[in-house]
Amino acid sequence: MSDRGGSAMRLRGLVRKEFLQIVRDPSSIAIAFLMPIFLLILFGYGVSLDADHVPIALVAEAPSQDSADFMATLQGSHYFAPRVMASMAEAEHALREGEIKGIVRLRANFSRRLRQSDGAAIQVVVDGVDANTARIVEGYVEGAWSTWLTAQAADQGRQLKMPVDFEPRIWFNSELRSRNYLVPGLVAIIMTLIGALLTALVMAREWERGTMEALMVTPASMTEVLLGKLSAYFVLGTGGMLLSVAMAVWLFEVPLRGSFLLLWGCSSLFLLAALGMGLTISTLARSQFVAGQIAIIATFLPAFLLSGFIFDIDSMPAVVQAITHVVVARYFVAIVQTLFLAGNVWSVILPNALALVVMAAIFLGITWRKSRKRLD
Amino acid sequence: MLQRILALVRKEFLALLKDPKSRAVLIVPPIVQLLVFGYAATFDLKQVPYAVYNEDRGIAARDLLAGFSGADSFRLVAELHADSEIAPLVDARRALVVIHIGPRFSADLAAGRPAQLQVIFDGRNSNTAMIAQNYVRSIVNRFNDDWIAAHGQQGPPARLAMRAWFNPNLESRWFFIPGIIGMLTLVVTMLVTALTVAREREQGTFDQLLVTPLRPGEILIGKTVPGFVIGIIQATVILLVATLWFEVPFVGSLPAFYFGLALFLLSGVGAGLLISSLAATQQQGLLGAFLFMVPAVILSGFATPIANMPEAVQMITLVDPLRYFLIILRKVFLEGAGFGLLLDQFWPMAVIGSAALTLAGWLFRHRMY
Repeated sequence: MSDRGGSAMRLRGLVRKEFLQIVRDPSSIAIAFLMPIFLLILFGYGVSLDADHVPIALVAEAPSQDSADFMATLQGSHYFAPRVMASMAEAEHALREGEIKGIVRLRANFSRRLRQSDGAAIQVVVDGVDANTARIVEGYVEGAWSTWLTAQAADQGRQLKMPVDFEPRIWFNSELRSRNYLVPGLVAIIMTLIGALLTALVMAREWERGTMEALMVTPASMTEVLLGKLSAYFVLGTGGMLLSVAMAVWLFEVPLRGSFLLLWGCSSLFLLAALGMGLTISTLARSQFVAGQIAIIATFLPAFLLSGFIFDIDSMPAVVQAITHVVVARYFVAIVQTLFLAGNVWSVILPNALALVVMAAIFLGITWRKSRKRLD
Repeated sequence: MLQRILALVRKEFLALLKDPKSRAVLIVPPIVQLLVFGYAATFDLKQVPYAVYNEDRGIAARDLLAGFSGADSFRLVAELHADSEIAPLVDARRALVVIHIGPRFSADLAAGRPAQLQVIFDGRNSNTAMIAQNYVRSIVNRFNDDWIAAHGQQGPPARLAMRAWFNPNLESRWFFIPGIIGMLTLVVTMLVTALTVAREREQGTFDQLLVTPLRPGEILIGKTVPGFVIGIIQATVILLVATLWFEVPFVGSLPAFYFGLALFLLSGVGAGLLISSLAATQQQGLLGAFLFMVPAVILSGFATPIANMPEAVQMITLVDPLRYFLIILRKVFLEGAGFGLLLDQFWPMAVIGSAALTLAGWLFRHRMY
């Protein structure tokens, strides 16, 4: 019983020591609070996949009422910033220079062919280098084209009849606002960085400075030392997490459809895994320099590219999909996107939360095993 | 003087490569990451999981569905028999797309009335949903064209003939792999430079370096060379993997590529050394490295185009060296650009690089603890 009390006292002392260290070198506080504010504001406003006012060229080789009608549809759309050009050669030059992203060309015979049974062809050229933007531009042109067809038919007192009328329904994000999915994903990425950065150097620092040996001669056990570090940084990380969620909801107006408490719980699991990853890096590297290098390599780019934040995991080859399973952020991105946009969907949350528990246990287990009291 | 610098360069290389862990970190991960990321980074959807809820027994509905089962990009995960089965499937992310064909579909088609086809998408990842929507639309359009042709109906008065330049199949891998080269090169320069000065400061060896006859400019050169050399080697290996393994076409000029790479390395190394000389501890250096690297990557136009960003953020991207290097990479790889077209990208990197290096060198002496 008395030992239990002693242990609690030792732990309190260790946590106090960690907090003092945190306060003395403000970079930890900067990591936990400044980094999420800075990154979320920058990315929340900056990153968007919604193309707007795309510069394109309009070429009508024989301007007529028909060609003017069609072009008016494109000019009226906020998706495009069209520039009328006199010739195809001029437009092709502009495309090559990167001034425009696409060309819409109406040939000289446009008006005549329009009235023939096989119809006229509207030539569309897009800059394929950025394939995604190219596809979006194609989609916008197609939208303008069908608006124009409907209006044309209405003018002639007909209804436009396509055999099959395609009616898309987008669930969870009906206006396809890319910020709604990017911001929750960014919260997950930023939390990965915070978790790993907070702890990546702490164990290595103690080894490097020789203070680990000093800790060893105290009655505190290694488990207590680890618990002390974990709880101090956990509190700091939770602060950063709450700040990020608050910004997502109030600043970026992303709907939070699931329960906040559930989000908190899952974030805590994730934070344990992320802090555990940092501690593992720190313990295995033993020097701050190498630990820092590993943290740079192992955290940001994998979380950015392999978590399903931007790139769809289902579309990756099987081997790469298997690799994504060791990326902690993957599970949290799935949870956050679902909790924010869809709600409390247990079939998504439970397996991913379980995976977080396993990852946290593995990382903390490795750290615990590798940092027994021994000198080498 | 040359001898002094050479000795310092030798020492810097030793400091980087002597530790086997540090050596391994510099060599293995960038290549592994290029392979993994090269396959991961694509906006092309493969095997979109879809479900079908078909209430119609007609042949037309079956013909339309054949368009999906025959497409490589779709994979059937379930056939539903009730409205209530849709939500759980989509919620659980088991299906990205649910195609719902109503009971009157074939009858409407045969009667010449527009037949409704309701398609539900999981919009949690709005970009994926939009791409899937384009895929579905093109299958429906093809079905419509076939139907019009087969039944002698009047088609629309005008149709679109689309073509993409530089990347005819709109393979987004061609777009991303050059970008990955830029990102990994940036990461390598950060690895080599961001912690070096901070480590020496923490261990006190930097003060010793300052009292030697070496001038700050010479220390700067000594610290710059390793990052530069390792960056060139790394980028060359990555370039070979990109062209030989991933078969991304390289149609532009190789000297222009290396000239751009050299300028980019200068600005990357400059930024890394600047961070490092500002930091008092390695923890601060690491924080600085992330505060530079993460925005540099996300705002570079790698995944989300700069043109989509608000004006103010577009201004910020002007100081991001990766922004210019990505344009060079894509132009050189895919569009076959030479020196002339790239001048606008070269000079900003030169400015960023020399400003950062000068400031770092000045800080060597003026930031003491």
